[in-house]
Amino acid sequence: MANLFSNIAGWVNDRAPNMMPMYRKHMTEYYAPKNFNLWYYFGSLAIVVLVNQILTGIFLTMFYKPGAATAFDSVEYIMRDVEWGWLIRYMHSTGASMFFVVVFLHMFRGLMYGSYKKPRELVWLLGMLIFLALMAEAFMGYVLPWGNMSFWGAKVIISLFGAIPWIGDTLVQWIMGDYNPADATLNRFFALHVIALPLVLLLLVVLHIAALHEVGSNNPDGVEIKKGPKGNRWSPTAPADGIPFHPYYTTGKDLFGVGFFLLLCAFIIFFQPAVGGWFLENDNFIPANNLVTPAEIKPVWYFTPYYAILRVIPSKGLGVLMLALAVLAPFLIPWLDRGTVKSVRYRGRGFKIALGIFAVAFFFLGTIGAGKTTEWIPELFGANADLTSIENLFGRTLTAIYFGFFIFLWVYTYFGYEKTKPVPERVTTHA
Amino acid sequence: MANEGVNQGRRRFLTATTAVVGGVGAITAAIPFIKSWQPSARAKNAGAPVLADIGKVEAGQRLTVAWRGQPVWIINRSPALLATLPQLKDRLKDPDSSVDQQPKFAQNELRSYKDKPQWLVVIGICTHLGCSPDFVPEIKPEPFDPEWKGGFFCPCHKSRYDIAGRVFQGVPAPANLVVPPYKFVDDKHILVGEGAA
Amino acid sequence: MMQSLRAKLRLAGVLIAVSVCAPTFANAEEHERMKPAQVNVANTASVQRGARVYFNYCSGCHSIKYMSYSRLADDLKLSADEVLSNFAFTGAKIGDQVISHMPAENSQEWFGKTPPDLSLEARAKGPDWVYNYLMSFYIDPSSAIGWNNTVFPNASMPNPLWELQGVQVAHRAAAKPGEEAAVEKLELAQKGRQSPGEFDETARDVTAFLTYVAEPAALQRESIGVWVLLYLAAFTFLAYLLKHEYWKDVH
Repeated sequence: MANLFSNIAGWVNDRAPNMMPMYRKHMTEYYAPKNFNLWYYFGSLAIVVLVNQILTGIFLTMFYKPGAATAFDSVEYIMRDVEWGWLIRYMHSTGASMFFVVVFLHMFRGLMYGSYKKPRELVWLLGMLIFLALMAEAFMGYVLPWGNMSFWGAKVIISLFGAIPWIGDTLVQWIMGDYNPADATLNRFFALHVIALPLVLLLLVVLHIAALHEVGSNNPDGVEIKKGPKGNRWSPTAPADGIPFHPYYTTGKDLFGVGFFLLLCAFIIFFQPAVGGWFLENDNFIPANNLVTPAEIKPVWYFTPYYAILRVIPSKGLGVLMLALAVLAPFLIPWLDRGTVKSVRYRGRGFKIALGIFAVAFFFLGTIGAGKTTEWIPELFGANADLTSIENLFGRTLTAIYFGFFIFLWVYTYFGYEKTKPVPERVTTHA
Repeated sequence: MANEGVNQGRRRFLTATTAVVGGVGAITAAIPFIKSWQPSARAKNAGAPVLADIGKVEAGQRLTVAWRGQPVWIINRSPALLATLPQLKDRLKDPDSSVDQQPKFAQNELRSYKDKPQWLVVIGICTHLGCSPDFVPEIKPEPFDPEWKGGFFCPCHKSRYDIAGRVFQGVPAPANLVVPPYKFVDDKHILVGEGAA
Repeated sequence: MMQSLRAKLRLAGVLIAVSVCAPTFANAEEHERMKPAQVNVANTASVQRGARVYFNYCSGCHSIKYMSYSRLADDLKLSADEVLSNFAFTGAKIGDQVISHMPAENSQEWFGKTPPDLSLEARAKGPDWVYNYLMSFYIDPSSAIGWNNTVFPNASMPNPLWELQGVQVAHRAAAKPGEEAAVEKLELAQKGRQSPGEFDETARDVTAFLTYVAEPAALQRESIGVWVLLYLAAFTFLAYLLKHEYWKDVH
């Protein structure tokens, strides 16, 4: 048996001699810094979620019927009549939200440790493109069940394109293929969600990892291990502070991370799949009705910060522009940040505070977008408080903070206000 | 590399155990996906047994009901038709219905319940390539068989079956017509799709 | 390294658990003025009672079209005959979906709109809403249908369970100028066949039934979930040991 395998391996190797070297280059001889911490789990977890979405998505497509007249019923068919259909559906809906949990944390790691800095700007840009594609994918996926929130969410978001001068209205109708989100819209979103965007996502993920492997991974100290001493216990030429990605980060750290992550996801799937309305919105259990708007149109939680920025800006055109800028601003970070120190551990106090405030602002923008602040305001300001103006004030301040972070980052680093600590020569581990 | 033998052994053991436990988990996780291809509750409901009222089916007549998307023929055979069956043994491929195309109770010359010999219940699909044969109950010479004693003739590739649904020799169809599970609810009603299979 | 990692993991776990559970509490907060329904779909007796009430008082007008009688039989642990004789008044077969046979023109004429399908009502509004709704009908001469409801005002829906609950009247606060006087509380003016305690249970039973109808899979979901969590905990533990073992190599 072993002889057979090695014969087959030899046969393949003769005809594709670069396959084994590629495995070594990207796994067993890819030397990653040895000081990866908790924040470094999220990349591999994102791959796990992507695989989950694709597998469960394929199976859902076997039973789902795209079409305004059939979609909602087919989802209930999956939930009730298809054997284990409910599980496949919940795995997909939970995965969608967890994708964003993982990706937001993954991006935050990049901000903390300066993983976007030279020579990794391309890795960052590709990652931002993945984020954009993911948002489009999630938006279209949410429309597919054709619940009332699917319909109205689609209506609101597509109508944002109407704010574009001159071509706006034509564009909106072109996207919808009708005068309202309708059967035509649903069918094309189905095609984009099931095949077009997943292919784009897969390609981008491959490029993202390839770009990373070209330059090597960053680490929590922001020390370039390739520039340090050479020679470790696995190879005399590899960086001294590097360890083989496989097995130490694959079967070592990532397998454990996957186990823990799946534990959390399983708890959600089996005990709280709707997460109180955060992962599966109540209003989406009502079929799409173009005559009845839900009490509150709000997107799923992962879009809420951006939605808040849109809502608190008084003019539609300006609001849409700000929304777009909010999504696109992170693309510029490699060029806004002129600092030389990568990791937050050795950066100036101003940076630490700004980053913290940015994260908090993003979170609270989310609470505004989700409509939660309108519940808190009467408790904090009294029953007669003017909900709209207080929420707008709060939201506009937070929006200013959000964009302020980017501006601050540039001013702080370009004019040399940042006072950094000395960066160590070698990576630090809390051994 | 660690040189202590114990270390390597422990490492191998842990790796193997984790791989096995993980493998079991992965296979178990695959089960719901594989099972999702089973007929759904809706398909099973649609494929539920069908009650046929045979009160008005006279001798020599045929009633057709749909069950699981297939035509099921319920035929009231006259005594004359029943008498032809023993004479045909030598011309048939499987006169004793040894191939499993029928429930146990129908594994006899008449291919029916012993106490209800005149009633034949078969699925009207030719066992060759799936056409639906013609019902030719009259005992008279036919162009496809000068010694025709009544039965079924499939126009697609000329397969022939006797009035118990048994296939003739020398025709492309390999097996007798399928008898589905069924039972008599009472003398005037047959429930197709339920009963000993 | 080990201790700080463990501490971090514990903290992460607590934070995650709280933040996952918090939304459900948050949802309860939203309904702070509503009494919690506290339904348990695993209580088969309660769901059976709720089914009986539903089919006697509601199914005439309201379909639950995503439910089949055969599914009801399986989940409520009843035989096909029991289900058909107790629940199916419309000559339905066991494999059929539960459809009300009220003709659409009649419902339009009598109520102004077709009574909606209730299959997913408990998921769209939440069990607390359904329970409180059933408890909150009152007589209202000013409404077209003679009835009103504090949880869902001004719908053309009479109290389907008034025979059991009795008739409630509204005590209103002083009206502000230009506004209708708000209902302060409801009081039972005429007794029904059930005592208030019995009716409360009935309302919870119907809520339990509708919660079950909205998600029949909930019955299996949690029991399977326990095994999945146990398995994953064991696997994660093994993976942790494996990690620890491999990382002995790294200094």
